[in-house]
Amino acid sequence: MTNQKNPKFFTKKVASLGDFLFKNLAAVMAASALALLLIIGYELASGSGSVIRTFGADFFVGTQWVPNEGREIYGALPYLLGTIASSGLALLFGVPLSIGIAVFLVEMSPRALRVPISYLVELLAAVPSVIYGLWGLFVFRFILVDYIEKPLNTYFGWIPIFGGPTPIGLDLFTASVVLAIMIIPTVASVTKEVVAAVPNSIREGAYSIGATKWEVIRHWVLSYGRSGIFGAVILGLGRAVGETMAVAMLIGNAQGAAAIPTSLFAPSQTMASLIANGFLEAAPGSLQISAYIGVGLILLIMSLSINLGARVMVTKVLKVKGGAVE
Amino acid sequence: MKSKYVIIGAVVLAIILVTSVAAYTFLSTPSEPIVRINGAGATFPYPLLDEIMTVYSNEVKPNVQVNYQSIGSGGGISALNTKTVDFGASDAPLTAAEASNITNALHIPETIGAVTITYNIPGVSTGLKLTGQVIADIFQGTITKWNDNAIQSLNPDITLPDQTITVVHRSDGSGTTFVFTSYLKQSSTAWSAAIGAGKSVSWPTGVASIGNTGVAQTVSTTSYSIGYVELAYTIENNMPVAAVQNPSGSFVMPTLASTTAAAQSGAAGLPAGDASWTGVNLLNTAASDAYPIVTFSYIIVYKELSNIPDMTQEKATALVQFLWYIVHDGQELAPELEYAPLPSNVVQLNEATIASIIFNGQTLPTN
Repeated sequence: MTNQKNPKFFTKKVASLGDFLFKNLAAVMAASALALLLIIGYELASGSGSVIRTFGADFFVGTQWVPNEGREIYGALPYLLGTIASSGLALLFGVPLSIGIAVFLVEMSPRALRVPISYLVELLAAVPSVIYGLWGLFVFRFILVDYIEKPLNTYFGWIPIFGGPTPIGLDLFTASVVLAIMIIPTVASVTKEVVAAVPNSIREGAYSIGATKWEVIRHWVLSYGRSGIFGAVILGLGRAVGETMAVAMLIGNAQGAAAIPTSLFAPSQTMASLIANGFLEAAPGSLQISAYIGVGLILLIMSLSINLGARVMVTKVLKVKGGAVE
Repeated sequence: MKSKYVIIGAVVLAIILVTSVAAYTFLSTPSEPIVRINGAGATFPYPLLDEIMTVYSNEVKPNVQVNYQSIGSGGGISALNTKTVDFGASDAPLTAAEASNITNALHIPETIGAVTITYNIPGVSTGLKLTGQVIADIFQGTITKWNDNAIQSLNPDITLPDQTITVVHRSDGSGTTFVFTSYLKQSSTAWSAAIGAGKSVSWPTGVASIGNTGVAQTVSTTSYSIGYVELAYTIENNMPVAAVQNPSGSFVMPTLASTTAAAQSGAAGLPAGDASWTGVNLLNTAASDAYPIVTFSYIIVYKELSNIPDMTQEKATALVQFLWYIVHDGQELAPELEYAPLPSNVVQLNEATIASIIFNGQTLPTN
């Protein structure tokens, strides 16, 4: 009120000061994300120095993991393979379901069902992972063992991926199915937004040339939104790769060569679960700590490559002609 | 207009909050200033320590508050090493390397643990007998069937099934694993040569679960399985446990009594509190009623408490008195929580150790 005489000057000055502050504040925040990643990368690299110096390339391609003092050998390959197998299987089980949910909600669901179902799906994301782990451990694994694992193992045990001794439910398969359930809310809700964002003119055009509902969804809607759906899948993959607690409770936590995934119904181990299991009790400053940090470094590199790969995939491979995607 | 009410409401709320906090602080301020002692370490003694801490603050010294974080033995030793806690707790004594970092550390055994062999054989709910050699062979994967001659010949009264044994072990690093593998190392030359002992080792076979609870749950839900679990868990969950042969040839069930017996028998050879405890264990003690897989759990403190940066005379005295309470009155709380109480000869050893704690070179009153 005091500056009534020259309101223009006043507002201009404040606005430019505000702009200046906001711009720089935003820049600092953006830089902090990058700085954080660099610090994490540096810490992991320096922390894993001693294990990489000791074992060289064997740390990345070795299969033995012997943590007791005096005979230490660390090789991270089985857990890298275990991570790829469990998250790959989780996508295999979870993505078709998620796309189905999304397409149903947007294209087919009666209005009355749309909100409650999408609410329920999003609610799945709010369940803490340790709850999924406990539920898997106490309830779900027995269903899987009795109705899927044991029959497949008994009748198709001659196929290597179903082979091995009688399954008990603490294995790659159980962990992957629970992981699949955990990524459904992420993948489904992003896919839902992508499908909903497909312009109605596309659908109307397709119907007008005589396409059936299935053809419209298959050839126009999903195709139009495929880079967005791919992005949703990558988000899900990110969650599956980094998931710790639920996996550690369900995967059977095999060590060394035994952790290399050969059968769906045998115990395995992922990088995240290995770290969660062993890090707390490892002696500070020891080679063992360095080995866990080294596994963390591999995990970080893997996550970064997935994201970079996804970016390349979206911009180069999935680009649809006519600017439909971009 | 709305915002006016919001502001009035916020002011009223703030006044209420400030006055209540102030009132609470004034009313609850005790006559003596509160002394806070911080500890961290092993998860195994946590329920017992928690109970002792609560009783101590409620009934003995209302002005002393003890805070214990059960972050694991390794974490406790590391916190003691960086001097961020006043005492650490560990299921294993300091290794030579750890002892070289934490100079002048005192070991105070505060409770005793036993590792039980629990099993799930449909039709066999009790009475299984095992030897150290057989347990090692099972966990190494050289004995794979329950009706293997080595097991069957120890159990002539039981008909064991022709089923594959599912071995269950810990996935996380753990003092329980350290004790169990140390026992297997003593019992079997093959285990000693191929695997050895440690808080986590390279298990050649089986599935792994997190924590005592996880192993107990996996064994109890998996037919024809075998696992190792801390005594308190098997007592609480009423799980079948094997009698294990001790050096005098008798098969002993794991109980609080047979655990204390092992400590009583093993106490004769214990070092002084300020000596090196590396390698000390209560495995295979000589007494005929002692269970063979037994261990101390330790509280570890600096002998010279002024090593800890924010230590004061009051705090040092409070810590010494609290330690004294743990090894005396605190032991009476143990059996109710399924912990084995310390035998009198270990209590005597601890008395000498606690009395030797100093602050700036001066000894401290123990009560």
